[in-house]
Amino acid sequence: MSEPSGTQSLYAAREPVFPRRVSGRFRTLKWGLMVATLSIYYITPWLRFDRGPELPDQAVLVDLANRRFFMFWIEIWPHEFYFVAGLLIMAGIGLFLFTSALGRVWCGYACPQTVWTDLFILVERWTDGDRNARIRLWNRKWDLDKIWRRALKWVIWLIIGVLTGGAWVFYFADAPHLAYALVTLSAPAVAWISIGILTLTTFIFGGFMREQICIYMCPWPRIQAAMMDEDTLTIGYRERRGEPRAKHQRQLDASQHGDCIDCGACAAVCPVGIDIRDGQQMQCITCALCIDACDDVMKKVGRPTGLIDYFALSDVEREKNGDTPRPAWRHILRPRTILYTIMWAGIGLVLVYGLFIRAEFEFSVSPVRNPVYVTLSDGGIRNIYELRLRNKTAQSVSVRLGVDSAGAMPADKITLSLNGAEQPIVRIKADATYQQRVYLHAPPDSPAAGLHASPVTFWIAPEGSDQKVYVSSIFNGAGK
Amino acid sequence: MIKKPKGTKAEMEHEIETTGHEWDGIRELNNPLPRWWLWTFYLTIVWGLVYMVIFPAIPLINKATPGIIGYDSRAVLKHNINHYKQANAPLDRALITTPLEAIGENEELLHYARTGGAALYRTYCSQCHGAGAAGAKGYPNLLDDDWLWGGSLQSVYLTIRHGVRAPEDDDTRASDMPAFAELLETDQLIDVTHYVLALSGQPHNPSLTSSGQRVYTENCADCHGKEGGGDRELGAPNLGDAIWLYGGDRTNILATITNGRQGMMPAWQTRLSEAQLRQVTLYVHQLGGGEK
Repeated sequence: MSEPSGTQSLYAAREPVFPRRVSGRFRTLKWGLMVATLSIYYITPWLRFDRGPELPDQAVLVDLANRRFFMFWIEIWPHEFYFVAGLLIMAGIGLFLFTSALGRVWCGYACPQTVWTDLFILVERWTDGDRNARIRLWNRKWDLDKIWRRALKWVIWLIIGVLTGGAWVFYFADAPHLAYALVTLSAPAVAWISIGILTLTTFIFGGFMREQICIYMCPWPRIQAAMMDEDTLTIGYRERRGEPRAKHQRQLDASQHGDCIDCGACAAVCPVGIDIRDGQQMQCITCALCIDACDDVMKKVGRPTGLIDYFALSDVEREKNGDTPRPAWRHILRPRTILYTIMWAGIGLVLVYGLFIRAEFEFSVSPVRNPVYVTLSDGGIRNIYELRLRNKTAQSVSVRLGVDSAGAMPADKITLSLNGAEQPIVRIKADATYQQRVYLHAPPDSPAAGLHASPVTFWIAPEGSDQKVYVSSIFNGAGK
Repeated sequence: MIKKPKGTKAEMEHEIETTGHEWDGIRELNNPLPRWWLWTFYLTIVWGLVYMVIFPAIPLINKATPGIIGYDSRAVLKHNINHYKQANAPLDRALITTPLEAIGENEELLHYARTGGAALYRTYCSQCHGAGAAGAKGYPNLLDDDWLWGGSLQSVYLTIRHGVRAPEDDDTRASDMPAFAELLETDQLIDVTHYVLALSGQPHNPSLTSSGQRVYTENCADCHGKEGGGDRELGAPNLGDAIWLYGGDRTNILATITNGRQGMMPAWQTRLSEAQLRQVTLYVHQLGGGEK
């Protein structure tokens, strides 16, 4: 072990970052994405979807109390959680795909931490002004102006936080009812606690932690760094073209200087406080705002845009050797990304197929094993079964239940009866599971009573129909 | 020549140290930790200390330190149990006031009785009658259609309430299957065993049944009936059916006649409340399909 020799502190305070306002094609795209993602987040719980009178009419609802997950026409029961697992796997492979093709594109454009931080910076710009005004305010002593500006900013942040947490809870309960309960202060404690926690995290993460979350707390950037390769399109500075940098006024002889006029715009707009010209850095979330800033400057000084741009690291080598860089689609379309796409789509197809083939009505019969059979007074043998019927439709259903003997046993010998019911007819409520003890009786000296095990087949048919659905099981005899 | 940056901006400005390790040109930086991380660490320590003061924390010899808010998981459990007891009180009252036969007409009450009865069964009955209620030698199977003391709701209720040959209960079910070794000769015991085997249609020695029948008529028919059909009033088993509490082969029947049988079941009214007795009754009654 080598001892750290120097005098530097073991801990460092956060360097405040004051991103400057910028406009350009990526900024416009990001505004659009912010509106889209926030709209999806806030509006989704309010969408209605008619499922009939016996089921909730909220389009997207995680009904924890009743253990149901509703998403438009899809309803997931707890035993079908593999659909959710499948979606998570798709999300994972989707991230692999995007990372290998476009680097940390998720971080830069769609991650909630980025989107909400962007929103918070927008508020900051409105209350405190742009970069320079914010730096001045930061350095200023606390006076009345600073106090009320800070108070205003924090109040708006808190309101956004409350709305963020407030929208979250609507996914777990009927939104209009819960909204009414919140307004009349009669909502359950868990709603208030959820809103409270999310308000606090939104306020702290978006207002004060910002890039610290990405650098120190989030595991995904570290994984992504390992997933990028030399063909991944990422944001970088064309060093060969830019260097040696020099202030614009001092660039007397263009041939001796690169295109970079060292204006610092790229660093000033950076939300994580780095200088992209230093090369690839672990802090970079590839938000592309430095591209907008630099392109703007390049246009003003009459140079071609793209000094800071999306490119693959393999192109740097190529340009150095005087070759033309490969087009973007050739970087994106390569075996690795194609493989990810196939895996992603394959799982998606399997899930969709699974959704289409899954039964709306499930029928299962499991023999009771303790005891395997019961001897009755007359020497007959009774087997007990647990019947389980799942009705996933929005209407209640009545079915008839019966038994056929398969193979060796004469059909007329085995009889079926239900515990506590005169008729073998059961009614299953909408969106419910029905359980019932079922008895099979084999008369004394019948083949089934004597054999160790005989195959039997249970069937159900909707009342007034002969469309039978079969499930096979086993009848255990005394085996004499 | 193009000027190469020598490292990150942070490195150049603050001259971050390296640890001195280098692998293939990659140096290990000795970056400082963020200060908020340190404060978060301190905060977790403070949280832990506050938690130790507020809640029971340090185990001592008999119990843990109590904590200043007096939290006690046993008290919480007690509170929760009382909460559910109170919530179930109307159902318990209905259970006691409704005649046993009429409970089935109220779906909610029946469900409450059977689920509660199932839990009570697992606690108090399963040790002898088995988790699946299939019984064992000497402990009746509750899943079949044979009931020694009657299978109606009222009969099952009385059996559970007062027990069988329970010394602590004056109204207990009682009858005596004596040890006939003291009353009969050995060959009489064997003869009557073969007669009982014949009654239930099992292999037997036909030359012994007529003398066996005489012994049976004199000694057994009072309780078990002339035809061996048994008597539920006396808890005397039907000897003609396929169900044998102590085994139905020759050896077991002979042992039963020779030594007698005095099975015992506790009177549960001493341990269970009236509502609980009725819950177990409704649960046990339906196990074998339910007798009217």
